[in-house]
Amino acid sequence: MRHLMSPLDFTVDELSRLMDLAGDVERNPEKFAHECDGKILATLFYEPSTRTRLSFESAMLRLGGRTLGFATADSSSAAKGESVADTIRMISCYAHICAVRHPKEGAALVASSKARIPVINAGDGGHQHPTQTLTDMLTIRSLKGRLDNLTIGLCGDLKFGRTVHSLIKSLVRYENVRFVLISPEELRIPSYIRDDVLKAGNIPFEEVRHIEDVIGSLDLLYMTRVQRERFFNEEDYVRLKDFYVLDRKKMELAGKDMLVLHPLPRVNEISVEVDDDPRAVYFKQGQYGVYIRMALILTLLYPERYGLC
Amino acid sequence: MLNVGKIEEGFVLDHIKAGEAMVLYDHLGLDKLDCCVALITNARSNKMGKKDIVKVECPVDMLDFDILGFLDHNITVNVIKDGEIVSKPVLELPKRIVDVIKCRNPRCITSIEQELTHEFILTDEKQEIYRCKYCEEKYDKKRR
Repeated sequence: MRHLMSPLDFTVDELSRLMDLAGDVERNPEKFAHECDGKILATLFYEPSTRTRLSFESAMLRLGGRTLGFATADSSSAAKGESVADTIRMISCYAHICAVRHPKEGAALVASSKARIPVINAGDGGHQHPTQTLTDMLTIRSLKGRLDNLTIGLCGDLKFGRTVHSLIKSLVRYENVRFVLISPEELRIPSYIRDDVLKAGNIPFEEVRHIEDVIGSLDLLYMTRVQRERFFNEEDYVRLKDFYVLDRKKMELAGKDMLVLHPLPRVNEISVEVDDDPRAVYFKQGQYGVYIRMALILTLLYPERYGLC
Repeated sequence: MLNVGKIEEGFVLDHIKAGEAMVLYDHLGLDKLDCCVALITNARSNKMGKKDIVKVECPVDMLDFDILGFLDHNITVNVIKDGEIVSKPVLELPKRIVDVIKCRNPRCITSIEQELTHEFILTDEKQEIYRCKYCEEKYDKKRR
């Protein structure tokens, strides 16, 4: 039985097959409409989420399956002090596959170690968010036609932004990928990415403070939100939350083919005036998120049929 | 000159950094063993200037080489049987250590779920870097 804790759990070949399957799902939805008849997806969300949870539920419903679960820790036995390990043992009796989001890092790994069903990490604190990464990768591959030979700008909260960490770890496996890390000093990329992934892998990267200085050289600009829930100190959050605002003026400096991605939700970091720019693809990302989650559910539930060993 | 008698069966840990003997004592759980333990601190050493030595009289299989290797793989281990040194195993950094150190990341799941073991994985042998299995937080040996 396979789980998904990190996008690196899949080989490059497996990821390629997964994205091919997502493409098939997109083009031929009726072919997959009953693939999960009689199957149940449990969504265990210990912290609030709108799009990830609904995207998982939409994915399962489109496959003919059903869903159950909870949307906050308060509405689960966690409020009574039940451990993740105990909860997942029980959920294994109720569902065929589950998606877990938890504010603590490593929670999904704990769940996978005790589960009798495939577990998908739907975000564990500031650590990993693999299905967002798969969404980002599918978006890039679908709209750029490749995952190699790219210069990728990552902007905003690179310290706590788990989507950024996961995306970097995944894209370094492709040829000739270069990163431009745009953040204030306080939100720079953590050492376990800078040293252990980028430097250790001889991946070209630079760290800068201003979007304007680099936007013209980018194939992709991946914007992130400064997340209030990751700060212990409100003052730090207030000081940093509006550090970057991507607006029409900055977009004028970008190439005509540069794409703007964002894992959403957005607060102020992308001005609404950018939304109508054809290069702004962050709402399309949400659609790709459903397709890749459909492909993931199929792959984990039926590994032999869909190409996992 | 201080004399500590010879032991029949057990081990002598030599070339311990001065002042570190008590750390070893704690991590090896020597306080829990019903046996004779001698801690010598600040002994004169040609090689190190000052060093600590630990002598333990106990069955030799009671020594956890993984913990020892993690704490300091430069320590010399002398295994004693029938009053003689029978081997000097070379210590290596263990690939994985369990419940020796605790993850200090307040965002780690181990900070709230008390029954979980604290597991660290060796991710960079050259630089001796261990990371928490759950949150990947780097363990800083200097803060031990």
